[in-house]
Parts: sequence; C-alpha cells; structure tokens
Amino acid sequence: MRFRDFVCFEATITELQASDRDGTIVELVSSLDQAGRLGKGKCEEIIREVIEREKEASTGLGRGVAVPHVKHKAVKNVIAAIGQSGAGIDFSALDKQPVYSVILLISPADEPDKHLQAMESIFKHLQQDRFRKFLRQCRTTKQVEDLLNEADEDPFL
Amino acid sequence: MTIGWRNAIVEMQAEEDTLENVVYEAELEIKNAEGLHMRPAMQFVDIANRFDSEINVSNGDTDVDGKSIMNISMLAATCGTKLKIRAKGPDAREAINALRELVEEKHFDEPTPKR
Repeated sequence: MRFRDFVCFEATITELQASDRDGTIVELVSSLDQAGRLGKGKCEEIIREVIEREKEASTGLGRGVAVPHVKHKAVKNVIAAIGQSGAGIDFSALDKQPVYSVILLISPADEPDKHLQAMESIFKHLQQDRFRKFLRQCRTTKQVEDLLNEADEDPFL
Repeated sequence: MTIGWRNAIVEMQAEEDTLENVVYEAELEIKNAEGLHMRPAMQFVDIANRFDSEINVSNGDTDVDGKSIMNISMLAATCGTKLKIRAKGPDAREAINALRELVEEKHFDEPTPKR
C-alpha cells in the first residue's frame, strides 16, 4: 500500500494550534470530517475513541512522531491526516520527548489486514531519519504531498 | 502435546560460536485475528527487551530489530503470517521461548479468527 494512497491531503494541518495530545486529536479528526472523509455525525465518537485508545498506550513511539489511530465502521478504507507542530506537542511519547509530526489513521472496523498494511507503509518511512526531518520541515500541504510522492518512489526515504 | 508437522515449531540451534553467543531460531505464526498491530507489537518489544540477546524478526521480505517498536510495526504481520525469529546471545534460548509463548500460546491475549 502506497503512503499517498490513504492520506487525505486536504485535511493536512501544517501548524497545529494544540500543544497537547487530546487537542491535536480533535483538530485532526475534525479536519478529516470537514474534508467529508468520515461518516455523518461520527466525528465526536471517533475523537473519543482515538483518545481512549491513546490512554491505553501512547502511539508516540519516539523520535518526534506519533500515530494515533482507531478502527471504526465509519470508514470503508483506511484514511489518514497529517498534522505538524513547530513548537512540539506533549504526546506522552515513549521517549518522553515532544512530538512534531502526527499521522492520524482511521481504519475500517473489519479489515485488520488493511490497517496493518497502512501501518507498514507509515513506519517504513517514519523510521528513516531523513524522512522525519523532511516531514518536519514541510510548511505547506503541497510540500507534504510532494514528500510522500517522493517517499513512495524511494524505499530509503 | 502432539504437534502435527505443519505446526511443528522450527527450532534449531543454528550455530554456536561460544557459550556466550548462542543462536536460536524459531518460526512463529501470528494467530490473533487482528495480527501484529501496535498493541501486540509493543508486547513483543517489551518481552524482547528483557533479554540481552540480539533479536531479529523477518517476514521473508524485511528483516528488522525485534527490540524496536517502529521496526516491528513495519512487518505488516497479518493473522497467519509466519515470522522467523532469530536470537543471538547468552539468553537466546530463553528469549525464543518467551516470544513463542507470547505469539503462539497466548496470541497476545487477543481472540483468534472466528471459524
């Protein structure tokens, strides 16, 4: 699964207003909702479930990135939104460091394999130092889109 | 416990440099319906990090560090996937046994597929 295929670029937030985990999740889920990618009236419920999931164990896996996610029947295909923070967000990350890039992922309820493939695609790139650095430097949605297009062509980015 | 050959755990002592550097390998099948998503991956990494041995995990295409959550998240190990685990170090055998228990016996304390 290519990274760009499941990212809703329209929902990209190049400068998150929030400085905490829950506020970030609200912004990104709402952005996907405004882009029309979630079922009608599901926004609040999805926000609640993503936060609940996050309370079980932080998806801030270290190195300044977090991948909050949930499986929900409101979506038929995996859909992601990317948010960036210049100041850094307290995401209770495993390495206790602030998070600068957040990839919110909503996966269908009954297709665990699609969820795993999306995660593979995300982490294949997020674990590359260069990719994380470039992502953090993106200032516009277009730059994020260009970076993901480039990353899909280059396994080492 | 009787194990059919298809389910037989492939374990072998692949090499032995010194007593301190033993290598054990096993093929472990993912049995929980949701596969190796982030929560099970964290359990895996937690167990792996209890051991001094180096631990590598391969799905056939990708070979990754079994102690890194980002690496394990790259495996896309769906239900039914067989992962090759390789441990090298003084506690390699114990590491393999603990990981086998987590993956195949406890299947991450998650449900197996409905038949």
